[in-house]
Amino acid sequence: MTPTALETAGGGLLLAATDDPLAAFGHDPWWVTLIKSVVIFVFLMVCVLMMIMADRKVMGRMQMRHGPNRFGPWGLLQSLADGVKLSLKEDIIPRGVDRTLYIAAPMISAVPAFMTFSVIPIGPEVEIFGLVTPLQLTDLPVAGLMVLAAAAMGVYGIVIGGWASRSPYALLGGLRASAQVISYEIAMAMSFVAVFMYSGTLTTSGIVEAQQPIWFALILFPSFAVYLVTMLGETNRLPFDLAEGEGELVGGFMTEYGSMKYTMFFLAEYVNMLTVGAISVTFFLGGYHAPPPITMVWEGANEGAWPVLWWLLKFMGVMFLFIWARGTVPRIRYDQLMLLGWKVLIPVQLVWITAVAVVRMLVNEGAHPAVTGAVVVGFSVVVVASIIGWNRAVRRQRAAEAAEHTEEMRRMRETAEYGGFPVPPASAPHYGSSVPAEEPRNTPPASTGKREEVTGA
Amino acid sequence: MELYGPIFVLGGIGAAFVVVSMVVGAIAGPKRYNRAKLQAYECGIEPTPQPAGGGRFTIKYYLTAMLFIVFDIEIIFLYPWAVHFDALGVFGLVAMLLFLVNVSIAYAYEWRRGGLEWA
Repeated sequence: MTPTALETAGGGLLLAATDDPLAAFGHDPWWVTLIKSVVIFVFLMVCVLMMIMADRKVMGRMQMRHGPNRFGPWGLLQSLADGVKLSLKEDIIPRGVDRTLYIAAPMISAVPAFMTFSVIPIGPEVEIFGLVTPLQLTDLPVAGLMVLAAAAMGVYGIVIGGWASRSPYALLGGLRASAQVISYEIAMAMSFVAVFMYSGTLTTSGIVEAQQPIWFALILFPSFAVYLVTMLGETNRLPFDLAEGEGELVGGFMTEYGSMKYTMFFLAEYVNMLTVGAISVTFFLGGYHAPPPITMVWEGANEGAWPVLWWLLKFMGVMFLFIWARGTVPRIRYDQLMLLGWKVLIPVQLVWITAVAVVRMLVNEGAHPAVTGAVVVGFSVVVVASIIGWNRAVRRQRAAEAAEHTEEMRRMRETAEYGGFPVPPASAPHYGSSVPAEEPRNTPPASTGKREEVTGA
Repeated sequence: MELYGPIFVLGGIGAAFVVVSMVVGAIAGPKRYNRAKLQAYECGIEPTPQPAGGGRFTIKYYLTAMLFIVFDIEIIFLYPWAVHFDALGVFGLVAMLLFLVNVSIAYAYEWRRGGLEWA
């Protein structure tokens, strides 16, 4: 290919990327932009309050109790009251902290969380009071990257907050949280590759349009499944809330924070949840379009303000998933968490991306359906066979390790030098027993010369 | 720039809210000095003295961060290819599969050497 030809090809690609899809954006007068921003901001704040409320209420019902029900009708104003209460708490800056970073961390954590929502499409282009505008603040040629970048910015808040607190719990919590978030971010970013392949664009509005006949959640189900898992991991929610596992690390990176600074971390966590939920609706669940069965029986489902309703319903469904997971799945161990992120989700995504790319290329090149089918079947067979082989190898290795362990324990019990380690003789006096020890304290126990056989080991 | 401006408008509103509420929190709350209250919280025991410049932690976190960089760059290569998948054709697919194989070799090596173990 000559340089000129390459240039033309490159120019063509560039044109294809920036030409049409964003024509609707960037023409709003400044006051429309401002109104939209304020509306999105207020929507996010109300959503956070409602989400906290729903979290506690649904969790309560799942655990057969009522949840908060005192303040306001059905306790609906409880989280608002909590916010006011938090702002009236003493604003402590502990001694020895790095003051600048300590104060900056909640801001760094909260501000990027708000920004992602500017590229989330909530509805199509509508006409309000004679003004035609899309129900989306803006859209970028690189909106897909921007979403990931804003999600990653939150890590800075976490790690800086943990570091600046100068406290072991906060430091450990901050490190754990950042390691977890970056590990799950890789799997999350990989789950988008298949989506971009099918949509052919990084703009969020383009991705929503590309799902017009069928949702990506259905045709790219493995990507969606991995995204749902990473969504929980990325936002530090149960079952992946190791960063603030109360039993081990008190409050994680927020241990030393109080008053409004703590509230900002809390707010950032919930806004991040809303954001990843909205991304899953945009990238996988067809955005604001009505679900396919409804469009079949009712043609007007995608007109007027209805898309906003569909979007809200999908959004609330995903948000309910968060609470559902929290109420049902027990917290996992940290090494299991990293194992899932690095050794399960990433290989699954690597294989899946390869498979999707090969099959899509076969279809694009007009290969015979039989060839495509054979490739799909062959690929599935190879994958299943390697998983089974892998499982067998792991099981065999585990069995060998267990046998070795048993043998070692037996040898230890029977060898005199070990003194019956690790099992003490059954006759030894021990603490916590209601039966008083038989031997008086000062006389050494009579040696029988022969080790007693320990049973029940 | 018309496309990117609104993001910063929204970010600005968020930042204003964060700053205002933190200032309000600092003003509205009571101020009662207490020596113990200003110590690092460690469940009631005397706080561990922290070395100047921050605490020390295990090298595992650095390894994770390095791995993250490797894989994130891989993803940055994957995205443009995925977006122009149809235009790049078979050549793009083969090139990207070779790249994926390369990355997978490094990944398998890392796994085998125990770089992914946390126990």
